[in-house]
Amino acid sequence: MSDLTKLTIAQARDKLAAGECTSVELTQAYLKAMEAGRDLNAFITETPELALQRAKASDDRRAKGESLGAMDGIPVAIKDLFCTDGVLTTAGSHILDGFTPAYESTVTANLRDAGAVMLGKTNLDEFAMGSANITSYYGEVKNPWVGADGKDLVPGGSSGGSAAAVAGRMAMAATGTDTGGSIRQPASFCGITGLKPTYGRCSRWGTIAFASSLDQAGPMTQTVRDAAIMLQAMAGHDAKDSTSAPMDVPDFEAALTGDIKGLKIGIPAEYKMDGMDAEIQALWDQGIEWLKAQGAEVVDISLPHTKYALPTYYIVAPAEASANLARYDGVRYGLRVEGDSLDDMYMNTRGEGFGHEVKRRILMGTYVLSSGYYDAYYIKAQKVRTLIAADFTKAFEDVDAILTPTAPSAAFALGEKQEDPVAMYLNDVFTVPASLAGLPGISIPAGLNAAGLPLGLQILGRPFDEETVLKVAGVLETSAGFTLHSGVED
Amino acid sequence: MSYLIKGETCDWEVVIGLEVHCQVISESKLFSGASTLFGGEPNTHVSVVDAAMPGMLPVINEECVRQAIRTGLGLKAKINKTSVFARKNYFYADLPQGYQISQADKPIVGAGTLTLDMPDGTSRDVGIERLHLEQDAGKSMHDQDPKRSFIDLNRCGVALMEVVSDPDMRSPEEAGAFVRKMRSIVRYLGTCDGNMDQGSMRCDVNVSVRPVGSDELRTRAETKNVNSVRFIMQVIEFEAKRQVGVYDNGGQVVQETRLFDSKKIETRSMRSKENAHDYRYFPDPDLLPLIFTDELIEELKAELPELPDDRKNRYVGDFGLSPYDAGVLVAEKDTATYFEAVAEGRDQKLAANWVINNLFGVLSDRSLSITESPITAGHLGELLDLISDDTISNKIAKDVFEVMLETGEAPAKIVEDRGLKQITDTGAIEAAVDAAIAAGPNQVEQYKGGNEKILGWFVGQVMKATQGKANPGQVNKLLKEKLDG
Amino acid sequence: MSLDQDTVKNIAYLARIRVEEDKLEPLAGELSAIMGWIEQLQELDTDGVEPMASVVNVSLPQRKDVVNDGDCRDAVLKNAPDNEDGFYTVPKVVE
Repeated sequence: MSDLTKLTIAQARDKLAAGECTSVELTQAYLKAMEAGRDLNAFITETPELALQRAKASDDRRAKGESLGAMDGIPVAIKDLFCTDGVLTTAGSHILDGFTPAYESTVTANLRDAGAVMLGKTNLDEFAMGSANITSYYGEVKNPWVGADGKDLVPGGSSGGSAAAVAGRMAMAATGTDTGGSIRQPASFCGITGLKPTYGRCSRWGTIAFASSLDQAGPMTQTVRDAAIMLQAMAGHDAKDSTSAPMDVPDFEAALTGDIKGLKIGIPAEYKMDGMDAEIQALWDQGIEWLKAQGAEVVDISLPHTKYALPTYYIVAPAEASANLARYDGVRYGLRVEGDSLDDMYMNTRGEGFGHEVKRRILMGTYVLSSGYYDAYYIKAQKVRTLIAADFTKAFEDVDAILTPTAPSAAFALGEKQEDPVAMYLNDVFTVPASLAGLPGISIPAGLNAAGLPLGLQILGRPFDEETVLKVAGVLETSAGFTLHSGVED
Repeated sequence: MSYLIKGETCDWEVVIGLEVHCQVISESKLFSGASTLFGGEPNTHVSVVDAAMPGMLPVINEECVRQAIRTGLGLKAKINKTSVFARKNYFYADLPQGYQISQADKPIVGAGTLTLDMPDGTSRDVGIERLHLEQDAGKSMHDQDPKRSFIDLNRCGVALMEVVSDPDMRSPEEAGAFVRKMRSIVRYLGTCDGNMDQGSMRCDVNVSVRPVGSDELRTRAETKNVNSVRFIMQVIEFEAKRQVGVYDNGGQVVQETRLFDSKKIETRSMRSKENAHDYRYFPDPDLLPLIFTDELIEELKAELPELPDDRKNRYVGDFGLSPYDAGVLVAEKDTATYFEAVAEGRDQKLAANWVINNLFGVLSDRSLSITESPITAGHLGELLDLISDDTISNKIAKDVFEVMLETGEAPAKIVEDRGLKQITDTGAIEAAVDAAIAAGPNQVEQYKGGNEKILGWFVGQVMKATQGKANPGQVNKLLKEKLDG
Repeated sequence: MSLDQDTVKNIAYLARIRVEEDKLEPLAGELSAIMGWIEQLQELDTDGVEPMASVVNVSLPQRKDVVNDGDCRDAVLKNAPDNEDGFYTVPKVVE
């Protein structure tokens, strides 16, 4: 494996600036790694020609002294939920067969305009619905980390392909999207950093919608610094997204001062759940000690409605999805399965085009919105959502950030938890509450379990205070001293 | 003028509520920057947002919001400073998103009032329940191909205002008056062109019946997409009779959607999976609540033009017109504009008489709108001046009017060219009067014997001799002087 | 909360998703299990709580009324499984 694929964005930026390597060299190294890692099935579409063309353009710019900044020439992978102009975009679904958008999502356009080089489109759970990357029409993704027993593990989901690509050194960084934990949970499973920004920080325009009130794009990287650099390029107000925040983007990297003295960090009692994995509890305790050691004040807090977050999420997200996915009807793009009548064609197309989990969620969403159930489910859930958000608002009156585990377990073996949807949904128990409140959260790899698999810790912050989240994450990262290649062959 | 249907056991009255869909006048669509122009090659006024491409998002057009507020103000309605867009979920070929963005329990405009002007000159208020904004659908065409329907999304996403009335109307005439008044108001406001034949105004007609004297609301049937005032009235007549028939036969009217067949003049059930309709409205998470300030409402209120009701009151109060004449003149904005140009600085009642009694007949015979009138408001005004300053008589004016219709020439020129100027020269009139008296000794006898009506014979003689150009007032005066003297 | 097969059939029709007859029962079971788990929300008293409208605390942004999009038929039609003469096509709709 080439040394170039061990570089972080920050390191590559410095090397590129110093003329010690070129974007084309970096890109070629990653294209090779991508090819070599195909058995992980992290990519749905590889775009080597486009990548080299953009890398060359980046080098040309740099030669003329017109470099676009930190992301210029950096090879990244793009979750296949972002529409990319002229490049197949699938959402991991059969129903988008052959769909090639004539437009570029705002987030990927921002990255492109910052000079980033797209290597390809990464695999994901179908329409981002899943926590193990096993629902993709394009097949399951394997975690580059392998269990002690040699079993193949899931990478988490839904941004499993992006997490595997970064952990497997097939991309320097990747984009993800997070609806209920789809960036943070796979980051935790794959031993990388994943940042879900505040809802509204990154535009949703051109990103295929799962649940509009929750979906948020973010960076998946090797380090906290890389997450700061990449988010800088992705974020920003977009008039084409009515829910995009009309706010300036701060200098995220500048927030990484390493100084958390006097910061108050909340530890929510309700996250200490019955039957919690002892190793995860231990890592969480360790995290508390690290932060204390750096001068933070650790405070016990209460988020009383935590246990209702998952059931709330499983009403709100499917309800929104049931409408968002109505447009896949075999008329304007993607799969069409003919039928004798319009309804017949719709039912055939959607019956064959959607996978089981997606159908299940569309049906749940249809049910909770249907006549007679709307108040009992949808309205009830939105009221509980108000309570959950209020819990956080109250907590953040006293603390600057909240520390929790990212996921209730390490990566599990492919094939596990597939029979019981509720067991699968519980993967997101620690990530969903902040999603419902629209808050920023990051997962950073903080240690390994006894089986040698990475475990993540999550830091949550106030709305639009990614800076504090990144600052605390940076300190934890330093304390943990986690190195990615402990799991991947060099 | 109650409208009753004779049933077997009792008389029935009809209860009517209307939903009027008005296409909003704006350059671009409600949630996309594509053009709203009517016509055009298929799918050319379509953006990737309108085609509901994956990842596309709606952004609202501020002008459509303002148009809805203006219309709400025109309906004297409550403007809701906070309103919410909701998704109405159903599948159809011309609905690319699989849902229509509409407004459900929080519309932009709440309760208001619309005043009907009935043909007999009376007025009557109908309650407005609400007005909300929503997206129009595309168009399906079914006759190009034996096996396929063709879909054009040019209309898809154009803003509509749906105005829902209370079930306050009791006759086809009232429903017709409602739609005409609605059209008049949106045209005055410039918020909708009101062209029903182009589909920019369409109506869903809700009809139920009940025994006279009862105040229950029975099950209603909704006839969708009726696109002329005449059809709306026909739908109500047909539905009222049909429903009374159903009850007379011991049946029950079912709540359903019906279609109007304008050739057979009947409605028929769509027999669709009616109970399978469950629109599952919920707030659109792509759009935040729409909130605006009192300042915006006040600003729009200040800019509102004078509306038909106010204008009618002014014509009655200031001009002394009858409520009926005033109502006729204000019904169409263009007519009122024409009338005011004629009446400006002149006798308003005379102007109203000429516009209503002379011009309207001609326009109606020739199927012309007021803007297509062969006589301009300026020329008609000049004609009135010629009458007022005694240049011509009323009778001659009618002849001049006929010539104006044919030639479009200015009345003064016609009068000049054809020598129609009224004779006011006392000498010339006196000569004609003397001649008439000399020619009718018998008539003079009759007059002196007390038959005053015979005066008309002398006037006729004088007019004949002067080709109608003698000033009738002068003629009368002179005749009386001479005969009495 | 348990969903019977008829309910599943009805919501599958509303969602225009073909579900074969023999799949209705297992699907009803799965959905009932999930809805049963969700049922725990009912124990929470939410009287007087406003349903969340959005986590974004601003009013709906509005755009100017200008035509700056559309006129891109190729982009609109190029992914269509079937189109003719500039129209999308669907199986014939009988009204």
